Amino acid sequence: MLKKRIVLTFPPSLVSQPITYYLVKDYNLMFNIMRGVVTPDEEGRLVLELSGNRKSLDAGIAYLKQQGINVESLSHDIKWRENRCTHCTACIPACPTNALSVNRKTMEVSFNKEDCIACELCISICPFKALVINF
Amino acid sequence: MAKTVSEINDKIKKGTAVVVTAEEIIDIVNRQGVKHAAKEVDVVTTGTFGPMCSSGAYFNFGHTKPRIKIGGGHCTLDNVPAYTGLAAVDVYLGATACPEDDPKNSVYPGTFSHGGAHVIEKLVAGKSVILKSRAYGTDCYPRRELETEIKLKDMNEAVLFNPRNCYQNYNVAVNLSDKTIYTYMGTLRPRLANANYSCAGQMSPLMNDPCYKTIGIGTRIFLGGGEGYVIWQGTQHNPNVKRGDNGVPRVPSGTLAVIGDLKKMSPDWLRGASFTGYGVSLTVGIGVPIPVLNEEILRYTAVTDKDIIAPVVDYSVSYPQVKPGILAEVTYAELKSGTIAVKGQKVQTGAMSSYSKAVKIAELLKDRILRHEFYLTEAVAPIPSVGSDTSVKLLNEKPLKRKGE
Repeated sequence: MLKKRIVLTFPPSLVSQPITYYLVKDYNLMFNIMRGVVTPDEEGRLVLELSGNRKSLDAGIAYLKQQGINVESLSHDIKWRENRCTHCTACIPACPTNALSVNRKTMEVSFNKEDCIACELCISICPFKALVINF
Repeated sequence: MAKTVSEINDKIKKGTAVVVTAEEIIDIVNRQGVKHAAKEVDVVTTGTFGPMCSSGAYFNFGHTKPRIKIGGGHCTLDNVPAYTGLAAVDVYLGATACPEDDPKNSVYPGTFSHGGAHVIEKLVAGKSVILKSRAYGTDCYPRRELETEIKLKDMNEAVLFNPRNCYQNYNVAVNLSDKTIYTYMGTLRPRLANANYSCAGQMSPLMNDPCYKTIGIGTRIFLGGGEGYVIWQGTQHNPNVKRGDNGVPRVPSGTLAVIGDLKKMSPDWLRGASFTGYGVSLTVGIGVPIPVLNEEILRYTAVTDKDIIAPVVDYSVSYPQVKPGILAEVTYAELKSGTIAVKGQKVQTGAMSSYSKAVKIAELLKDRILRHEFYLTEAVAPIPSVGSDTSVKLLNEKPLKRKGE
């Protein structure tokens, strides 16, 4: 079983469609909603973790694209600009998944993209703009 | 055997000086003991890299042709207002200054993405900024307006001049209320969700010379990547506070005023910082060498994070309302472990000051000394220490008498 984290951006016309239902029913995919936002202009953004075999994942993602949904891999979502990071550790208590973590011996911060759910809590906390949203 | 600063400088010159960082000295003392280490080691280098709001720089732009009297007029650098109450082309740019059209906290919480500190960082990076001025015009300074690009190298003088840096110890900030608060200690989530501290502990300059026996007026330091000097005690310098047996204060205490040539500094060690909902600050890198004059000084430099205690303070009520109340006392070893206990609750910690960069500064300073690029100075006068009459008081507000009353 494979897992893939994706960011879906829905145009206003699709916000009312039960897209995730079809992912389960027609493509045999499991999904875990990590984040969901509907903006004032009624555009929707959904961060999903999809699980299934490779064939189902590819078919499911192709289906989403066919519907006019913009699909991006989550790993491109939050960017850690290492040269801006001062390793102060202000972001550490805010990160819910430990994607941002500290080596307690050297007190150096590191960022593991795989664990990031793009909750964006770190963005406004970093005084040096070392963490940015990358859309 | 006691040593003098000039003997240590002779050893630096000859290449025989033993220089170690405030982290390395801990192991050395553990292995060799204080007596032996004091004989062996000549200098212990310290470091700190944290936001220090009471910072800024003064500039002399050079005179324009025809002349303009910016002094007493209006001046901005990249839209950030500078203080002009000085001579014709001298201004002071404070780290926390915000553009006049910045919404600040009227759109709460404000982002404070640009301010004086960011302009200083940009100038230090060698980039040009936009200088604008409006003046009232005089017979000798007839010009009224100025708009130009300017770089640090174009200026006659550019001097970092910080009235309060290098705080010796600091509060650990928490939030006991039910809503998120935005402070200079970062974003504090409700009901003790996080605890933020801001001190490099065992690396911090004044933690390694807690009673200011070597650090004084005239001490040469690493400042913002270049070189600077301690020129006075910092504002709010408060030596007469509760201290441990090791002399280390258990609450915020000593501070330093520092100065140095901005043109020789680096954006790696002077960084503009934006605190959501609070404002702009400048993160300053400072390193102070401590001459190991005797065993007592050496013992101070061997202080460890587990021997330094900080007070935990509520920033939702206690701090803003100036109400006494320390919720807990914790060590820097606990703070650096990632969690502390407050009111029986496990609280995650984060810092505003970078320990790893503090270590890096101490290493850079050590290298400079070993390469004969940096010599130690003897203080020309001490800064007030324990037993002096220096203290910090609140403002005593006096109601104004209005005409006719």
